[in-house]
Amino acid sequence: MAMLEINNINCFYGNVQALWDVSMNVGEGEIVALLGANGAGKTTLLNTVTGLVKPASGHVSFMGKSLDGVPVHSIMEMGIAYLPEGGRTFPDMSIRENLEMGAYPRSMWKTRKAGIDRMFELFPRLKERSKQMASTLSGGEKQMLAMARGLMSNPKLCLFDELSYGLAPIMVTEVFRIVQSLREDGITVLLVEQNVKQSMEIADRAYVLENGHIALEGPCCDLMDNSYVKKAYLGL
Amino acid sequence: MKWSGLKKEFQYIIVAIIVIFFAFVPLFGSTYAITLSSTIMMYIVMASCWNMFSGPAGYISLASGAFVGLGFYASGFLSTRFPLPVLMLAGGLASLVLAVIIGSITLRLRGVYFTIFTFCLVELVKAVMTWYEIMVVRKRGLNVRNFGPNAAFYAMLVMVVIALAVVVIVRKTRFGMALTGIGESEDAAAHIGINTTAYKVSGFAVTAFMMGTVGAVRATMLNHIDPTSAFNMMFSFLPVLMCVFGGMNTFLGPIIGAIVFAALQYNLITKIPQIYMIIFGAIMILSILFMPTGIVGVYERVRKAIENRKIQKVGGHL
Repeated sequence: MAMLEINNINCFYGNVQALWDVSMNVGEGEIVALLGANGAGKTTLLNTVTGLVKPASGHVSFMGKSLDGVPVHSIMEMGIAYLPEGGRTFPDMSIRENLEMGAYPRSMWKTRKAGIDRMFELFPRLKERSKQMASTLSGGEKQMLAMARGLMSNPKLCLFDELSYGLAPIMVTEVFRIVQSLREDGITVLLVEQNVKQSMEIADRAYVLENGHIALEGPCCDLMDNSYVKKAYLGL
Repeated sequence: MKWSGLKKEFQYIIVAIIVIFFAFVPLFGSTYAITLSSTIMMYIVMASCWNMFSGPAGYISLASGAFVGLGFYASGFLSTRFPLPVLMLAGGLASLVLAVIIGSITLRLRGVYFTIFTFCLVELVKAVMTWYEIMVVRKRGLNVRNFGPNAAFYAMLVMVVIALAVVVIVRKTRFGMALTGIGESEDAAAHIGINTTAYKVSGFAVTAFMMGTVGAVRATMLNHIDPTSAFNMMFSFLPVLMCVFGGMNTFLGPIIGAIVFAALQYNLITKIPQIYMIIFGAIMILSILFMPTGIVGVYERVRKAIENRKIQKVGGHL
């Protein structure tokens, strides 16, 4: 059974249907990319997983446990780290304080020192700036801080929403390299992206969402050769 | 909340001096001085507690008048039968219950909507109380037993110590961190596992409890209360004004603001009662325009400017 299972989700905003019978799954240890253009429903789908949006029908389960009706703040303690679009760091807290906040649940609070050291190893750039306010960081550094804060909780599954959003190309490469390295730590990743090419390069499998429907799915190597994907997303 | 500028220990010492100074007022001061100090201390409690929740969490509450008013009426109903500490506890608990009910409904609202609701809450409770007096008991207002200026004074002093201790404790614990996190980015706070609604409601409730207790003491200083004097919008606005003037999100700011404004109010209300509100309004506008970070922020700026000048001088010699 897959780690994260999303079954037959239908979701509405008012009278507008945003997701149509969407099903997907993420297996343990995989990097799965969820791709699509603006307004395709990627973030909505993530929000149904974290409980921010309630689907009209359909179910989400994580490691065999249903996530229906589980509030946002409890999702994290189950082992899911969610990184919203644009990072959302705490601007007037220092980098160290931001990381401490990442270990907020009582079960993780005691081991926060070790966690911070681990994050500084993974993101050396944050260590240099550990006393700086988060608001003084560059876009890429903020994104790294948000990733590190998410990883402070020792998640089993990371949901990354638009990691590459607003970043310089060199930072995008850097951030994607870190995502790839998470696999070695046994962390499963669901990557929601508009940057189709680079996501396909690091992911094992991908789903393509179009107007609320899953248009395509399969291993990335196959999708890369798909003539439709080439034309519509890769510009070849 | 930031300690900004002065060393933390130094700030504790300043506050300790202020408290000790107040403690000696009954020994040397006149009755007028005792009453004035009690009023100042009430506002220190209100401003500091308001700042404890609304400062970091960013939810501007104008409900203080409702909580103080409930304290007034707790005293009004019980003062003939019970001692002062019981009245304070009753006032505090009544406010706490109201805050939990109101908070769990309205703290899901964000930004200005919460402020508008709390603003209306004061009027709502006042209207209910007025209706109750006119239609049910058919008697306007209540008489409150006066325990004497000294009793009220020491009750306020105890509340100041408790309030400042609560403020420091909240600041130092995970509770304060959670409130700050909510204020800086509520979504991010929820995503890292903070039950934002629970924290907001409890922060709001603690503030309400403290305001209810000082309200109960305040009522005993007035002999007679009615809905207009109890559910007074001034109790809602003054703590905000004091925090803005002294410095929001700082430890010393609300205390400084409370001392300045309570003393000012006491003097102006007797001398120029018609226009003292205009003066308060002008001060409010000027302090938002010219010192948005309050007195504490101005001190910070001056200190930095002096430091920079020193650095420049040293640079000149090189």
